[in-house]
Amino acid sequence: MNHQVFDNVLGLGCGVVVLSAVVTLWRHSLIAIIRALAVQGVALALVALTLGLHGHDRGLEVVAGLVLLAKGVVVPALITKVVRHDVASRETDPLVNVPASLVAAGVLIFLAFAASRSVTALTSNAPGRLIPFGMAAMLIGFFALATRRKAVSQIVGLLLVDNGIALVAFLATAGVPLIVELGASLDLLLITVVLRVLATQMRRRLGTVDLDGLAELHD
Amino acid sequence: MLWIILFVPVLCAATCAIVTWRKAVGWFGVASASIITSMGIVLAVRVVHGRAAVGYHGVLRADALSAFMVIVIGVIALLATLQGVRYLEAEIAAQRCTTRHASLYAVLIQGFLATMLLAVLAAGLGVMWVAIEATTIVTTFLVGHRNTRGSLEASWKYIVICSVGIALAFLGTVLVYLTALHAPRHGTGALDWTSLVAGSHHLDPGVMRLAFALIVLGFGTKVGLAPMHSWLPDAHSQAPAPVSALMSGVLLTVAFYAILRFKVIADGALGPEFARTLLVVVGLLSLVVAASLLLGQRDYKRMLAYSSVEHMGLIALGAAAGSTLAIAAVLLHILGHGIAKGVLFLASGEILLAEGTSEIKNVSALLSRRPVLGGIFAFGLVALLGFPPFSLFVSELTMLRAEFRVGLGWAAGLSLVCMAVIFGAVMSHGREMLFGPKGTDDPAVTPALVAVPLIGGLAACAFIGVSVWPLGALLHAAAHVVSP
Repeated sequence: MNHQVFDNVLGLGCGVVVLSAVVTLWRHSLIAIIRALAVQGVALALVALTLGLHGHDRGLEVVAGLVLLAKGVVVPALITKVVRHDVASRETDPLVNVPASLVAAGVLIFLAFAASRSVTALTSNAPGRLIPFGMAAMLIGFFALATRRKAVSQIVGLLLVDNGIALVAFLATAGVPLIVELGASLDLLLITVVLRVLATQMRRRLGTVDLDGLAELHD
Repeated sequence: MLWIILFVPVLCAATCAIVTWRKAVGWFGVASASIITSMGIVLAVRVVHGRAAVGYHGVLRADALSAFMVIVIGVIALLATLQGVRYLEAEIAAQRCTTRHASLYAVLIQGFLATMLLAVLAAGLGVMWVAIEATTIVTTFLVGHRNTRGSLEASWKYIVICSVGIALAFLGTVLVYLTALHAPRHGTGALDWTSLVAGSHHLDPGVMRLAFALIVLGFGTKVGLAPMHSWLPDAHSQAPAPVSALMSGVLLTVAFYAILRFKVIADGALGPEFARTLLVVVGLLSLVVAASLLLGQRDYKRMLAYSSVEHMGLIALGAAAGSTLAIAAVLLHILGHGIAKGVLFLASGEILLAEGTSEIKNVSALLSRRPVLGGIFAFGLVALLGFPPFSLFVSELTMLRAEFRVGLGWAAGLSLVCMAVIFGAVMSHGREMLFGPKGTDDPAVTPALVAVPLIGGLAACAFIGVSVWPLGALLHAAAHVVSP
């Protein structure tokens, strides 16, 4: 692959990952947020595929396919079902309003660049310079987790964190060893399934999947 | 041999899944736990003199530390599975639980054991991470097994917070891998623990610092170290008693085992100061959190949960000291705390079953109304608070001594203050539950199936407190693996 094309495609992929993370803070409709998450999964797969093709790494190409399937298709489909069943939870209900969230996202992206200085110094190649994008997606995920009270938005936050870290892993090391990658993907899939089961139980018991309904346990 | 240890719980899980539930199925779990314990002992005898056992194409590896952890897992599992038989019988009798649910419980418990065993037997840090992550998935349904509103909330909180933590630990692992790839002359297995330790002084210090901080924060979430401890009291108070015993007794320390493995690499790359500072901070923070929340505690299961936060803080401080003596004490504390806390959680499950409440103020005069159960609970608390002859006395004293010796006297002093506060709080809560005006009823009898294992556990805890035999050599060898 041509170097210019390689750099551009990689940059595009990382840009889309961060952009879709920001979109999840911006949109109110949970369906739209899950769609952004699917787009992020596809962009992540694109990054993995580009790195695999460039480095002639067959294992990474296989991982790219898996990521596309898991994060682009299966996981979003699983969460969409929860939202479809529950009319009341189609809208997010953030603790921090949208403009403030977007400002926070800007600050977090800046922080991500500052925090990954030591890492980018070690990897001076093109993918290494893009590591802050992964960190940014991860930090935005944390923010979403901390400020969103709907069960589905928390699942989305968790997945954002996970995608961000996966991006860092791809860019920094061209993927961790295959067995670890497989384990991590399988775990993610299982976590989503578990969370979905819990959300379903929650709806059956409380009539909603709003976590404010759950405040029994405290000191 | 290593894969056989993993195969035992997997086989048992498969059997429990196929055979329809009856009481005998519960005993399969007990058999599995006893086999794990005895294989752990055989393994310990083989590796105690230094040569690690390798298995399954180098994916599995066991040194003295792994063997010690296998024994800890086996012993607590033995206590928990014995009590599990009784828990499931009671739930089925009260029609809170169908036989299908009981089978699911038995399968998940064995899956839980298998993932913990994989974590301590993994040769690579990547596989270890995958295994610890998998424990979260398996235990979520166990925490929610009672299927009440509270347990649902607890399992949600548990899986969300721990998944975040474990994701941070993954990032830390990736960064360690990155530094290994950039180090000169790295081998093929860049996540292989032995080669990482051997080449640790070549690793990039800047990235290593970030990586180890993420590891402590990430795995620290699963250990229950402050500031990421908030899932722990909820999960441990809502889970069925045998699950709480396993989680508090071993799962926390299996996660701490991961931190110990990474600590050696970080020490090699950065010198001991960085890891020491970090562990002292989280350790002291955990002690302060535990002390302040134990003071006004109203629920005895939550009281035990916060006491776990305290003991994990003590272990973190011991590991911060880092000398071979300190690590040996940390390992002894891991075993002693596991047994004492396991016994206490199992006894508290029995108290909950008999009294129908987990509020401290609604339980009184246990010693006169239920002499055996009350006695077990009382001696359990005595062990937990670090009285001799129980092993926690020896391990706490040794950790404190080691901390003074490396110049962490101020931290040891602060921890003593917190321990004194906790001592007072737990004593007064314990007194409220154990003593009080006796009712008119005759003292209730505690079934032997409950009493014998718990008394046995306490006796074992006292025995290793008095004579470190037969553990001395193993503790020394295991401590040597992760200390200079």
